[in-house]
Amino acid sequence: MISEPYDQEAGQAFRSILREAMRRRSAFKEAVLPKIHIGMSTCGIASGALETKNAFETALNECGLSALIHSIGCIGHCYAEPVVIVERPGFPPILYYKVTPGKARMIVKSYLAEGDPLFEHLLGAMEENDLIPSVMDFPRFSRETRVITEKCGRIDPEDIYEYLAEGGYAALAGVLGRNPDHIIREITESGLRGRGGAGFPTGQKWMLARNADAGQKAIICNADEGDPGAYMDRTILESNPYQILEGMAICAYAVGARKGTIYIRAEYPLAVKILRCAVEQARVLGFLGKSILGTSFGLEIDLFEGSGAFVCGEETALIQSIQGDRGMPRHRPPYPAQKGLWNQPTVINNVKTFALVPTILAQGAAWFKSIGTETSPGTAIFSVVGSVVHPGLVEIPTGVTLKALILDICGGIPNKKRFKAVQIGGPSGGCLPEELLATPIDFDSLTEAGAMMGSGGMVVMDEDTCMVDVARYFLDFTQKESCGKCTFCRIGTFHLLRILERITRGEGREGDLEQLEELSIQIKEGSLCGFGKTAPNPVLTSLRYFRKEYEAHIREKRCPSGMCRALTAYYIDLEKCARGCDACVGSCPVEAIFTTEDRKKAVDQSLCVKCGECMVSCPVEYSAVKKVSPPHLAPVILRPVEKEAKKNA
Amino acid sequence: MGNMVKLIVDGTELEVEEGTVLLDACLDHGIYIPHLCHLKGMEQPPASCRLCFVSIEGIAHPVPSCTLTVREGMVVQTDTNAVRGLQISALRLLLSVHDVDCAHCPANKKCALQKIAKFLHIGLKAKGLEIYLKEPRVVQDHPLIDYYPNRCVLCGRCIRVCRAQNGLPLMSFAKRGFDTVISFYGAASTLGCKTCFACLKICPVGAITLKTPNS
Repeated sequence: MISEPYDQEAGQAFRSILREAMRRRSAFKEAVLPKIHIGMSTCGIASGALETKNAFETALNECGLSALIHSIGCIGHCYAEPVVIVERPGFPPILYYKVTPGKARMIVKSYLAEGDPLFEHLLGAMEENDLIPSVMDFPRFSRETRVITEKCGRIDPEDIYEYLAEGGYAALAGVLGRNPDHIIREITESGLRGRGGAGFPTGQKWMLARNADAGQKAIICNADEGDPGAYMDRTILESNPYQILEGMAICAYAVGARKGTIYIRAEYPLAVKILRCAVEQARVLGFLGKSILGTSFGLEIDLFEGSGAFVCGEETALIQSIQGDRGMPRHRPPYPAQKGLWNQPTVINNVKTFALVPTILAQGAAWFKSIGTETSPGTAIFSVVGSVVHPGLVEIPTGVTLKALILDICGGIPNKKRFKAVQIGGPSGGCLPEELLATPIDFDSLTEAGAMMGSGGMVVMDEDTCMVDVARYFLDFTQKESCGKCTFCRIGTFHLLRILERITRGEGREGDLEQLEELSIQIKEGSLCGFGKTAPNPVLTSLRYFRKEYEAHIREKRCPSGMCRALTAYYIDLEKCARGCDACVGSCPVEAIFTTEDRKKAVDQSLCVKCGECMVSCPVEYSAVKKVSPPHLAPVILRPVEKEAKKNA
Repeated sequence: MGNMVKLIVDGTELEVEEGTVLLDACLDHGIYIPHLCHLKGMEQPPASCRLCFVSIEGIAHPVPSCTLTVREGMVVQTDTNAVRGLQISALRLLLSVHDVDCAHCPANKKCALQKIAKFLHIGLKAKGLEIYLKEPRVVQDHPLIDYYPNRCVLCGRCIRVCRAQNGLPLMSFAKRGFDTVISFYGAASTLGCKTCFACLKICPVGAITLKTPNS
């Protein structure tokens, strides 16, 4: 545990900056004006936070009120965006959800002007009080343990003083001048495992790089987040970039590097902008640059924008990419910690790993180890998306079960549907069924179940999902993103994809499943890098847990969830169809619906493209449109003219 | 000469110079290991063809021998079931996207794929796998050279010799996944091509050929 600055001069420099930060914070806190905190990360902006902010400004003007509008990062509650927290003197801070411009105007007029907190639009109070129920009454809030995201959504990501006032940079100020071995020992003792997916012990990686005999060493922050449905890193970068910079500075000091690179996706423009601003501010205050806090330790951090190849998240491909080559992984060993960027010993850690470092040093290894499980201590962040009531980012201690996370914390499956599977770890992960919901979330248990922790993407699927189609989707992704270097990944995954496509088209054959398994095992054993070695996981896990579904596709040409278009058909139940109603006719994009002799409707199967629009538009009181699989179950109804023609013939 | 180390390959003791790549050591001593992408003296092995696997005592899974340097006391086996299994599946994968039309291919009889298939005792067929070929069959955007994507095994040797000869990346991999090909970057960059034909000479399979008058 590193609580006090060790280096006298650095301590002095830090305390003087901290005083300024505290002065600014108390000036903000003590202002008698109401404060409006608006989440302005990509997720917030996508849901309309900019319009909401404008509406607040206009409404305040109209009412002749003043308030402090404070842009903050994301608190991770995607279902509630745009999220606004309003502090009005005399009231506890209140969190409002889905604040549209209209709601913003109401909040100003009713709450700020008249003192009615609009109970119907608030989610809860941010602190315990007698007036308004606290958000802590919801498991979505109370069961989280925020370590990495502790300051996310509380500070303005473009103001370093706010990070400082919340305790930021104390860990860096504390390590300067200390023996780097002590810092690495603290990290090793904390049991921290890399949060990029594979879970390699961070302390060990740092020690390898520290012990490597080289003039120059490098550190890289891997922010090339690319799993479908995963956005933990983006949120942290956009909400609290300083914590990552601080973690990188500590790492650089510990391993003896003077140069750092953040490899970030160019598709994250806001994160890039905020990060650039953060690097600049850190440099101005002396937390980066030639002489950090006046000491002899210096670190320069550059941003490198990746151009969107998923495989560049693999560390050796990432290094190739920075060096100006095509992003293709190379054989390990040597590991980057021995020979990495420009052949220098290089520490590559994920965004979340670096973000954990300052807290671990500030609170101590023993504290960190006390959270979560024995073998994967600490917390894990998941972006839980798909069929859940409360999607978003959730930070939980490791060891919480999948069931608790999905059904309790995230509110379960919406629309009274049944849970079917959860895909963890992106294209390298696996699909786990209901029977495995009791699995605790940690590196080893998930790997054992056939999935992996990955970097934290979690897609929840309900009964309407076809597992063969899910496997096909992920293999399509893998095949498109394969760098093409090694035989097994380039050609093997292509064969997997083609077989899966055939099965979803109803052209599956006996022997396909065995071949899928055989190919998958060959690809796992033969591939060059982690991307190829894990690419068959979605196939293997779905085969292991949902084999019956594959068999139904192949043997009965039936898609049990009715998702594979080639294996389904829509028809209209003439018993239920109402004469004269033509809701379905209007919605059909291909004019496949015709009127029968008794003025009811029917589907011409030869024209139908199976979009399902008719089913959506059929009034609930009739619910006459039915979907069946296999398609031959749909009764054949001929057009009146055809019938006539047949009779004549 | 540097220090010599002793190792055992398939029961035979070899004495080779320290620092030698295991694959080179075996090939130099007449022990054939199938390989496509390896070039002697490379700084970093691409290890991309996934053929030169061997079993090493003390390591659970087969390892590509181009990625290892010889060690004193190393015990190597080049023909275990696991090794042959991986080699055969890699070769079948390559053949499943290969235009097996040897009679019309300039590499006929000196083709590395033919040699490896013969060595592994399998036919030039991708048993059990469907055949997928790319379009177009020939890429003719280089003024002097034609490229046949369905013959190419993407070993990357041409790219490496081209760089070594010219110091410039005149050719490279392009596209991703199954669509990956070798590209000369269209006609514009071929201006830099010094017509050394190193790429053509190094190709193990006849994917790069001289333009013929009627092509």
